[in-house]
Order: sequence, then C-alpha cells, then structure tokens
Amino acid sequence: MGKCDALIIGGSAGSLDVLLKVLPLLRPDLSFPIVIVIHRKHGTDSLLPELLSGRTRLIVKEIDEKEPVLAGRVYIAPSDYHTLIEQDHTFSLDYSEKINYSRPAIDATFQTAAEVYREKLVCLLLSGSNADGVNGLKSVNGWGGIAVIQDPATAQVAYMPEQAAIHAKIDYTLGIEDMAEFINLLS
Amino acid sequence: MNLELPTITDGQVEILLADLLEHYGYDFTGYSKASIKRRILRLYSLDKALSFAEFRYRINNDTFYFKRFVEQITVNVTEMFRDPVFFKTLRDVVLPKLGTYPFIRIWLAGCSTGEEAYSISIILKELNLLHKSLVYATDLNPIVLEKASQGMFAMSQMKQYSENYILSGGINDFSSYYTANYSLAKFNDELKSKLIFSTHNLVSDHSFNEFQLILCRNVLIYFDRDLQHKVLRLFDDSLEGLGYLALGTKETLDFSPISPNYKRIPAEKIWRKVI
Repeated sequence: MGKCDALIIGGSAGSLDVLLKVLPLLRPDLSFPIVIVIHRKHGTDSLLPELLSGRTRLIVKEIDEKEPVLAGRVYIAPSDYHTLIEQDHTFSLDYSEKINYSRPAIDATFQTAAEVYREKLVCLLLSGSNADGVNGLKSVNGWGGIAVIQDPATAQVAYMPEQAAIHAKIDYTLGIEDMAEFINLLS
Repeated sequence: MNLELPTITDGQVEILLADLLEHYGYDFTGYSKASIKRRILRLYSLDKALSFAEFRYRINNDTFYFKRFVEQITVNVTEMFRDPVFFKTLRDVVLPKLGTYPFIRIWLAGCSTGEEAYSISIILKELNLLHKSLVYATDLNPIVLEKASQGMFAMSQMKQYSENYILSGGINDFSSYYTANYSLAKFNDELKSKLIFSTHNLVSDHSFNEFQLILCRNVLIYFDRDLQHKVLRLFDDSLEGLGYLALGTKETLDFSPISPNYKRIPAEKIWRKVI
C-alpha cells in the first residue's frame, strides 16, 4: 500500500525481549527497511546482529557508514555512534556528544529520519528507562510521520513510552502481541 | 504540546556553507549533510539565535563568532586510548615494525584536542621509540590545537583513560604520566616533546611530508563518498611504501580507488601499503 517507507524502532532497558518476540513473526518480504536503535554497552558490537538474525528470515546487519537504506532489511545501529539518515537514503554515522546519556541516541535517528521520510515514516518506541526518543517522536509528529509506542503496561520499564505519551502525540499504542501484525500490515 | 520542526532548512544550510567558503575559505560542502545540519541546529539553539538572518550575519561579520561556529560544527569528541584493542595492535604489531627504521614519522590527521596524540606518545615512550619519532598532529581548527598543545585534560576522565590504557596493554601506572592540578591532569612535558601540533585542512591542503604511519580515526565518517576518496588519495600520496594507514572502527578503505594497493591487518581497521 506504500504507506510506510521506513520503520525505526528505538528502545532501551527491556526492549531486546520485545524484539526477540516480534522479529520471528515478521513477513520476510517487507516492502520497507527496519532500523533498530537500542542502547547497549560499547564493545558488544557483533553480538546483537547475530542474535537477531537468528530470529528472522529478513537480512539483519549492523550499519556501515554511507550504506544505502534498502527495503526488506533489518539494520542495527552500531554501538557508540549516532546513526543518522541522509536525504539520499543512506546512513551516516556520527561520533558527537552523547544525547540523553546515550550513543546511539534514538532521538538522532528519529529526527533525521522524520525529515527524510516525512509522512511515510513509522517510529516505534519500546521499553526503556530514560527519555531518549521522546524529542524524536515530537519531530516525527512535526513532519507528519506516525508515532507508535509500546503500551507502557506491557513494558519491562515503562518510563520511556510513558514519557513519549506525555510529551508527543501518539498515533498507536501497541501491546507486544499486536506489534508484528501492525508492522506486517504496513507493507 | 509543541511539535518540533527544525528552525533551519536544508537550503539555509547550503547558504551558510557557501558563505564559509566564500568569506573564510573553509570548505564544508563535502561533509555529510545530516550530520553538519544537526551540528548547525544544535549551535543555533544553544546560542539562542533569533533568526536565520541574524545567525548568518553574525557568522559572516563577527570573526570571534565565526571561530566558535567552526569549533562547534566540527565534532571534537575524543578519548585517550579509545578502542583499546586498536591501541594494543599499534603497540604489539605496527610500532615494533616501524621501530626498525632509523626515524619514525607519524601523521595524526584530525587530532582534535590531542587525546590520541598523547596516547601515541605514551606507547612510543614505553617501546623506547619516542626519541626517534616525530608525530605531526593536525586539525583544521586552531582552537582545538591550542588546547591540545597544553596537554591538560579533565581529571574526571582519568579513571576511564586509565582503564583504556590498561586494556591497550599499558605496562605502567597511568597516573605517572600526569600531575593533578585541581580539576585538570597535566601530562608530562616529555610526552609532547615529539608532538608537533599544526593546522591542516584535509579538504583543501596538500600533502606536506611522507610518513610511515597515518592515523585518521572518526573523521572520514563526516565526509561524503567523493570527499572520502579525495582524502584517502591524499593519505596515499603521504604514505611511504610498507607504511600503515589506520582508520576508525566504522570506516573502511574498501570502496576507495586506492584499496588495491593496501593489505588489511585482519580484524583491525589498519591497512599496510604494499606497493
């Protein structure tokens, strides 16, 4: 239906479990890219893409700088860099100051993607213990994209989606069980 | 609930970059757009600019503010012994090879506030190579070079740097390299005796010497592909045969025209010039 050109998923504490449940249920022929930005400790680079690629038939890879953003792939933001999306639909990496004590910062990816994909962007903010991603969702609101949060009642750490619900306009609030179907229907 | 829209458009970013080139000779037009725009937006909001016109006027007419602008839109975040495994490879593999030369010339391009330069000095000293080495540490920005030449870093960072140092194979007590001076750690003068801090702009300046080791880590990520290729050619022109080129963790030589001349050290972002 072409209503989504990209899905960005952000999360922190408690978000990995959600991804591990949702990824296996995704269609392998999604018509858009998924970019995953989750907070993790620097130095554990190679493990996350490996862990996630075992759960889906979609191609999962850690982002390389200047790489084109292609449909049907799951991209993982590398640790200790911010991931930005350029107008020409390529990734840029940035080693600037931490934002919300975080690098990668979900805000940086949400904000740059919001401006690129505009009303065809969907951003999903999962469980987490700080407010990273909230300003990003406000940018998504501003550019006409779709802001989605994990239902705080289902989140291991509710703070992040709760803050988003307070400060941004949320289009959908999803339980973990509803996420895969929601994503599959975007295709 | 306020909806956030950026206060500066892509077109206005282009205007600022064109101004910088025309008035000051600084060429940022080959920089990755998303990153530089974020930097500009950050400064715009940090300095509470009233309008784009006012912001632009200040950059073009206030030399002091222009310097601040250049300092703020370039990223100057760095650490001592960042990515300790990389420094361990320098210590165990690269520098011992270069130690067989009568004289070692190293270029640290994009040295920012100098944390890596002092890290390299420490390793050279521990390998007994410092006396016959010269490290040219360059950056486009004179303000960060001024900080770098002072050799003083925040005391609050020393715990982290000490951990990095140990992980990189450091053999001494890290605190023996500096004296605490209130909130600052002042590094021993011996460490800067072989460091030459100097301005050099990778975008517009030419090769100025031949080196056996060039380090340029986390600089190319801010450049678009064309500019990356241009800068890599500059490094190639500045590197002796069998010399080494070191890039950042997420940077690569792979797509560059010079890559056929280089052989990578497995698992590291270090390439050796084999032609």
